[in-house]
Amino acid sequence: MTQLNKTALHSSHEKLSAKMVNFAQWEMPITYSSLMEEHYAVRKSAGIFDVSHMAVFDFNGGNQISFFEKIFANDIKKIANENKALYGVLLNDNGGILDDLIIYHANDKFRLVSNCSTREQNANWYKKHAAKFGVDVIERQDMGILAIQGPKAIKKILAINEVSSEIMKLDPFECIFSGDHLYARTGYTGEDGLELIVPNDVIVNLWDLALAEGCTPIGLGARDTLRLEAGLNLYGNDMTENNHPYESNLAWTIDMKDESRNFIGKQALLSINKDKCKKIIGVVLKDRGVLRPGYEITHAQGKGIILSGTYSPTLEASIGLARVDPGYGDTGQVTIRHKELNINFVSPRFLRQGKI
Amino acid sequence: MSDTPGDLKFLSSHEWVRVEADGSVTVGISDHAQDLLGDIVFVELPEIGLSVDAENDAAIVESVKAASDVCSPISGEVTEVNSMLEDQPEIINSSPYEDGWFYKMTPSDLGEIDNLLSPEDYSEVCEV
Repeated sequence: MTQLNKTALHSSHEKLSAKMVNFAQWEMPITYSSLMEEHYAVRKSAGIFDVSHMAVFDFNGGNQISFFEKIFANDIKKIANENKALYGVLLNDNGGILDDLIIYHANDKFRLVSNCSTREQNANWYKKHAAKFGVDVIERQDMGILAIQGPKAIKKILAINEVSSEIMKLDPFECIFSGDHLYARTGYTGEDGLELIVPNDVIVNLWDLALAEGCTPIGLGARDTLRLEAGLNLYGNDMTENNHPYESNLAWTIDMKDESRNFIGKQALLSINKDKCKKIIGVVLKDRGVLRPGYEITHAQGKGIILSGTYSPTLEASIGLARVDPGYGDTGQVTIRHKELNINFVSPRFLRQGKI
Repeated sequence: MSDTPGDLKFLSSHEWVRVEADGSVTVGISDHAQDLLGDIVFVELPEIGLSVDAENDAAIVESVKAASDVCSPISGEVTEVNSMLEDQPEIINSSPYEDGWFYKMTPSDLGEIDNLLSPEDYSEVCEV
């Protein structure tokens, strides 16, 4: 058996008696206390997540803007003169989604965070294309990521002297470098908060200081229920290389306003009829039970499949994301263990700013 | 598993039975099972009158994280279900051996109990 990767916070998790699981070859905490308690801590106060398993890349030299214009389906020019984060996807030539990621730009530097399971694929992809633009790709394995999320997250971080007070000035999606530390007002929970992308040698201390301020440690279990309530896709579950953005609720990340920009996958996307393709839609189960990935759906004009499904602690009902044929109305059926149960189709954003 | 009641018998798949004074048996899932599952949010209980065979699925339990089948440790006919679990499935987390029982049954062959694990043998299974 190959040794699992560990984050710099591994012993901190063990000290808290976290239940650890293998997540894409990383040994990560799934819960510390109870998933529900952790979920509510983020919705009501503040939680802290170790997400150092995600891949961090920096870039050096060359024409970085042209490089990102080529590989990124969103338009990097939106943030090239700002201190901001931009979400989007990497596409292959067929318009299939290779990954979703966030590119940060601040203080004339770009930093990119993409998924853990796609680390090698992406590193090779970036390097292959960066070479044409004279850009060096630097994988920052010395970096870790803390996410501090919840209505009281900012207040709690401001109490930590080791974090630059510059964070006070950040609006949502803004970010700033303080030396090699990147502070960004982004997250994956639907709550206000920050993500701190910082060197591993300071991360244990920041974690301890955040716990001392009353942040609750949150495992990957609640991270999944929180992101699903916020209607945020999970790469590998809700979209893969075999899906294009229009059938993945990601049309808003495709920017074709600059007609001269020829990003990878653009030609394939132009040939897709956006009105006739499948869509990702939110699903709420009206009967008793829990939606799970793979369950089959029917509606008046077609079929579908549950991609992500769980019990929503905030809505106190089972929710999911499903990819369905066009022509769905407000209601449908899901088959759970040979029984047809009733579902409602809703916006995937089950919660907005933590509220129903 | 020092707090496991001594009068229970277990399947290695984490279900328990208790023989009651009137000869009926009560079935539930172990403390270890509820801990593995985490916050339980849904149960599907068998119909009263259903005949179940030993080690066949009799109920479903779902936590936020996962769904799991509940096997009947012995054969028999279901006589009563714990309908309180339908509205408060979290009772299984807080009281797996008492208030969190799943169903009661009339055993068809009480001798099947001898095939089950003692609390000591079961706790060894959990440590593997």
